[in-house]
Amino acid sequence: MSSISTSEFRAGVKIMLDGDPCTIIENEFVKPGKGQAFSRVKIRNLKTGRMLEKTFKSGDTVEAADVVDTDMQYLYNDGEMWHFMHTESFEQYTAGTNAVGDNAKWLKEQDVCVLTLWNNVPIAVTPPNHVVLKVTRTDPGLRGDTATGGSKPATLETGAIVKVPLFVNEGDVLKVDTRTGEYLGRVKE
Amino acid sequence: MHLQSFEVRAPGAPGPVGYLHTSPELAMKRLLAADYGSMYQIAKVFRAGERGPRHNPEFTLLEWYRTEADYPGFIAENLRLLEELLRPYLRLEAALQYSYRQAFVDYAGVDPFEADTGQLRAAYLAQSATDVTAIPNQDRHAWLDLLLTQRIEPRLPRDRLIVIAEYPADQACLARVSSTTPAVAERFEIYCNGLELANGFHELSDANEQCRRIDRELNERRQRGLPQVPVDQPFIRALQQGLPDCCGIAIGFDRLVMLAAGVDAIDKVIAFV
Repeated sequence: MSSISTSEFRAGVKIMLDGDPCTIIENEFVKPGKGQAFSRVKIRNLKTGRMLEKTFKSGDTVEAADVVDTDMQYLYNDGEMWHFMHTESFEQYTAGTNAVGDNAKWLKEQDVCVLTLWNNVPIAVTPPNHVVLKVTRTDPGLRGDTATGGSKPATLETGAIVKVPLFVNEGDVLKVDTRTGEYLGRVKE
Repeated sequence: MHLQSFEVRAPGAPGPVGYLHTSPELAMKRLLAADYGSMYQIAKVFRAGERGPRHNPEFTLLEWYRTEADYPGFIAENLRLLEELLRPYLRLEAALQYSYRQAFVDYAGVDPFEADTGQLRAAYLAQSATDVTAIPNQDRHAWLDLLLTQRIEPRLPRDRLIVIAEYPADQACLARVSSTTPAVAERFEIYCNGLELANGFHELSDANEQCRRIDRELNERRQRGLPQVPVDQPFIRALQQGLPDCCGIAIGFDRLVMLAAGVDAIDKVIAFV
């Protein structure tokens, strides 16, 4: 495995830290005029999603992580695993609960997601920023009420529960932001 | 020690034919030894590998020397110079001076002369849980530098010039060392709003002591696997000939412009990066 020096640290570079693949968010060079130089690095652990900060001495090297982000089409869930297909090579990949995590509730068959592969194994699944999903269950809509600004929960076809305006009905198709879980609007089919 | 030069190569030459200077200090001291008297220079300098919000490998130094200066008077004169330069842009309160020890005690809660490396590390981590396990525990200078840049600099009073003086003797570089206990370097730094602006010395003029420090430094470079650089022999000869009693300072010109312009990145005050 190749190694990476602190001078090559920049946003997006993937490194190994304590056995986990991480991505560099930010690297700040620090040095008193007559003293030693350091790299203060903000890092996200790609397995846990946790952010951490670490300080290296300039010139230190760390192991590079073989991590790539790839577009994949979500195929189906077999009750235990989620199955994806590379959109160009048609190669299939299987992701478990630890990789899919909370994002399972946004996965709709045939949507194209980003799979993060570490040593060719999926470690994270990122759904599209916006998804279009059908409402499967919600309290009856209040006809004509588009102004009061109230909201109610609605369950979507993938299992996600989002806050929606009162006029939304079962069977409506909604556009939702997966990063915030926010309702964006109704979509005409 | 912690500065890396760019090597200059020429077609056909087997090795480097020279180095871009990291500071004009040694050349200016040769002129001082030749009795040119007090002098200044605004020069481009070059430090390999230094790149960040406050660093660019090529930058501008205002370097100047006063002969027959008393050291406290030289500090005061530089405060006046910087205040004069910054006055049109910043409202500055009266400058404050701390000893290196006092700055550590006040802003990091640790005595840099008495604490062992474990206590330095604990003091660093006490202010934030930042994981710094990539720094060897026993690397005393690393902990001191981290405390100074990450814990003390950001907490120094703002809107005024701050002097930090009386550095530990092993951080003297080219400064004289006092005969007090503990021995401290006659070296000072000037800060403004958390930004390191200037580094000044009561200049060491003892050629033998200078040679010992250079040897020690080359040894340490070897141990750390850093590139060896040839000793500047004309500089040593000049010291042997006799450097007059003088004080000198290097002022980061671009950082002065950053303060005047009210920007937080050196990229915003230089044309090409």
